[in-house]
This record gives sequence, C-alpha cells and structure tokens, in this order.
Amino acid sequence: MKVELTKLAHARSGDKGDTANVGVIALKEEFYPILVREVTAEKVKQHFGPIVKGEVERFELPNLGALNFLLHGSLGGGGTLSLMTDAQGKTFSTALLRMQVDLSDDEAESLEK
Amino acid sequence: MKETVRVASGQGFWGDLLTAPVDQVRRGPIDYLMLDYLAEVTMSIMQKQRARDPESGYARDFVALMREILPDCVEKDIKVLSNAGGVNVEGCADAIRDTARDLGIEGLKIGVVTGDDVLPRLGEFLDKGIAIDNMDTGESLAGILDKVQAANVYLGAGPLVEALGKGARIVVGGRLTDTGLTLAPLMHEFGWTFEDWDLIAAGTIAGHIIECGAQCSGGNCQYDWENIPDLEDVGFPIIEARADGTFTVTKHEGTGGRVNVQSVKEQLLYEMGDPHDYITPDVIADFTTIHLSDEGENRVGVHGIKGNPNTEFYKVSIAYSAGWKSVGTLVYSYPDAYEKAKAADRILRARLQKLGLEFDTVLTEFVGVNATHGHLAGEPSKDIPEVQMRIGVRGDDREAVSRFTKEIAPLILTGPPAVTGFAGGRPKVEEIMAYFPALIPKDLIETKVEIIET
Repeated sequence: MKVELTKLAHARSGDKGDTANVGVIALKEEFYPILVREVTAEKVKQHFGPIVKGEVERFELPNLGALNFLLHGSLGGGGTLSLMTDAQGKTFSTALLRMQVDLSDDEAESLEK
Repeated sequence: MKETVRVASGQGFWGDLLTAPVDQVRRGPIDYLMLDYLAEVTMSIMQKQRARDPESGYARDFVALMREILPDCVEKDIKVLSNAGGVNVEGCADAIRDTARDLGIEGLKIGVVTGDDVLPRLGEFLDKGIAIDNMDTGESLAGILDKVQAANVYLGAGPLVEALGKGARIVVGGRLTDTGLTLAPLMHEFGWTFEDWDLIAAGTIAGHIIECGAQCSGGNCQYDWENIPDLEDVGFPIIEARADGTFTVTKHEGTGGRVNVQSVKEQLLYEMGDPHDYITPDVIADFTTIHLSDEGENRVGVHGIKGNPNTEFYKVSIAYSAGWKSVGTLVYSYPDAYEKAKAADRILRARLQKLGLEFDTVLTEFVGVNATHGHLAGEPSKDIPEVQMRIGVRGDDREAVSRFTKEIAPLILTGPPAVTGFAGGRPKVEEIMAYFPALIPKDLIETKVEIIET
C-alpha cells in the first residue's frame, strides 16, 4: 500500500547557500526503519525531479529517529542571488512530505492504530 | 559554582519580536540573555551604512532594547551577550555606555570583542600567498576582490569567556557565532576549557537549539501545529545547563507556545549538514550522539553529547556585489485566473525581448499554483479564485533591470483582464550581495577584548 510520507513523519527545512536541507523525523519510533528503507537519496532525487539540479545526500540520525537530506543546487543560486519566493528553502519540508512511500500490509495496519 | 545556569534566547534574527527579550528578563528567572542580530547579508548592509555615516554600522535596535531592560538586568544580575556590534563594535559599545550613564548606572563593565572584521586585510592575505577559496565552488577570492563589500571571520566563545572573566556584564561583538553566545556563559560559569570537547559540544548544541528563538518553542513547528497554545504570547526558549554538560530546554511559566521532544528535534535538524561534523570555531559537535527525554510539560532534557577538537581554521563570510535584481507581481482573478496569469507572463517576456533586454535569469512563478512546491503541487483547479504572477529578473546591467520595472504596470491596461494588486507602484531595483564562504587559518586572526566602564 502507498501512503504519503506525511503520515509517517514531520519535517523542517532550511538553506545553506544553494543547498536546501530537509530534516525528516519519524512521528513514532517504529516508523524510523520504514523511513530508512523507503526514503532513500535516490527516491528523494526522483521525487523532486527538475527542482533539485544537483545531488541528494542522506544522513541517518537513529538517535533522533530522523534523516537529514541535502538537496544541492535547488535554490536558484541561494541567498540574495535567488529570484525564488522560497529562496531559503523553508517549504521543501512539506514538498518532501508529499512523497509516496510503500508499506507492507502489517505496516499499513499498524499505521491505522 | 552555580548548580544550574539559565541562558535565554531573546532574538532569532534581526527583526524578530521586539517584546521577546523584555519578556525573557521580566517574566521569570534567567542568568544570561543572548541576542543574535546578524544574518550573512547584514554585514554588507552595515558596511554601506557606515561608509555614509561613520557613527553607524551596528544594530541600533540593541541600544534601544538596552535602554528598556538595563535596569532590570542590573537589579536581577542578568548578563547580556550579543553580536549587535556589526561592523562598528566600538560605536555600539560606546552607545551602550552612554545609555547606561543616562540611566544613572555606575560601574557597569562592557566587554568589547573585535578582530572579526578582515575587510582591510584581504589583499594582504592574498599577497602572502594564502589561498582563500570559496568552500562551495572552489573559486578564488582574487576573481571578486574588487567587488567585496564585507569580510568577517566567525569568532567563537573564546573572547566572550575572556570578557566575562574580566567582569563584563554586557558583551558586544561583531560576527560572533550564534552558538558561541550560549556556550561562553557555560564555559565561564562551569570552568569548561577547550579540552573538554564533549562539554564544549554540549554547550554548542544548546546554542544551536535556542539560536533561532521561538523556532524550538512552538513557532514554525509542523508537529501538531494546530494545537500549539497561545502563539500570540509565545515564550522564547531557555537552556537550564548543568556542569556535567546535560541541560534542559524550557521557557518561562505562563507563556505561550510549546517545548516538547518534537519541537526540539525540528530545530536540531534546521540548517543541518553532515550531523557527525557540526563545525564551529569552538568544536566539532556530533549530532548523532544527542539524546532527548521528556521531563514534563515544556521541559526537554538533553544528554549524551560528544564532540571532537576544533579545527585550525575560522570560517570567513565574504559579501560581494553581484549585480542587480527586481521582482514584480500582478494578481489575476477568476474566471481562468491561471490562464490569464500565464498569458500576461508570455506578453511581458515578448516585450522584454523586443526591447532587447538581456538578463542572466528570468524566473516566473505563479503564487497559488506553484511558487512553493513547483510541479509537485499538480495542476490547479479550473475555478481557482486568483493567481499572482510573480516575475523576477537578475543581471549585471542595472539599466536593463531598471527598464524591466517599467514593464509591469502597463500590463494592467494592455494585457489580460481582471487584474489588480499593483498599488505598490513600480518594483524596486535591488543590489545583489552574493555570499562567498571560505576558510582562513586561525593564527592569522588577532581577537581583542577590551573592557569599558560607566
């Protein structure tokens, strides 16, 4: 079954130059392994498509049940150079939470609880 | 030694809630108030102000704030640390001293931290053969040297600890790291040194948690946002730190907002790079060692933090002039709002081309449709009530950018119908200050700590 990532996680994003960072945090501890399995750098890159011009890097923070993504080349030059409404990448968090993730039947069931 | 030391955040950025630092001082107990006033672009703005008026170049808001809260700070023995000095730290410190004298406060020691401003020394560094290269692009400073407007090294907690040790009750500097403003009081109170890397990392992470103000106490918090209480009276965060490097994140009783594990996690991940290597001038902190615990309502415990020795380099933030830009907007209403906005964009672009105007970048966004999530938002509903066309241009030719600003308003009478939202007149032309981050060996930088007294 496919669900939107927003059912499993909350997030915050920000900027460093032309790179947006998105921290994705499991809503419940038991969702973290699903995030690790499903929300890979490759899938995130695919999700954003032309929005992210460069590479996507992923870092794991099991202590916080969280993943951190760096989306390089996604802010139109970044800082004051950018013409984008969201030059600081503040809304990349919710854009990532739109992503569809695959759940097993058991996982889908536990999500309903 | 105090058992716990309370460090309160009063500003997340220059322009944050003016009442926040006043509330921190008056609505409960704190020992230190830290105030961050500087964004990357701020230093170049301040350099320009100072070029016009040698007395300016610092955050005057800070002086006004001190006039309001200094008597409270003296009465309650609250010390204040801030980077409000911008590019004129001495001027800022003198203004604080004059304010304190006006208020009849005698014997107040003000610590003045300088040495971060390396603008006059960049040529000297390059002549000495020191490589100053852009950390992101590898580009050499030599290529943009004549366009540089500001250059400041990020200083850490060291000079702040020295100032506190000399009895300063107010400490002002220029480009001080946000994290150092929180770490320094803990080093001073608990006697931590630059060998206790786990403790230095703990104080640094405490600083990271509160440096964006209410962003860790309920503001901009996605988790359960609709139930976060009383944001109109949001309490800014406070760290209650102990000598062993453990600390609690909290806020004053009776204030709004919410501090919980989720709100702190969101802030921990804000502007995060590689979590194993959070590099400041003071330490390399490891965010994968942080453990959080729920200590009751609006209290989150933090422990387990590990750190590694700091590096031989300071980060230097260089701002340089990189051309001009302008952004114009118009609003189109139902019916066919999106179609009309797209037609207006086509017409405008054709006119710019006919005028022979060339830009490095032209960007059109449709607010209400794709300005934040791009194509991920999908196609809008056919009966969308309104759409804002937002078009921006950027280039080296100021005249071309200026000419662009005169093409927005004519669309009202010469383009698609049902258009409004032009009351602001022509959009303004802005100079772009680009940001050039680089590393510079620490031994080239001399920091200075002076104490002045009322």
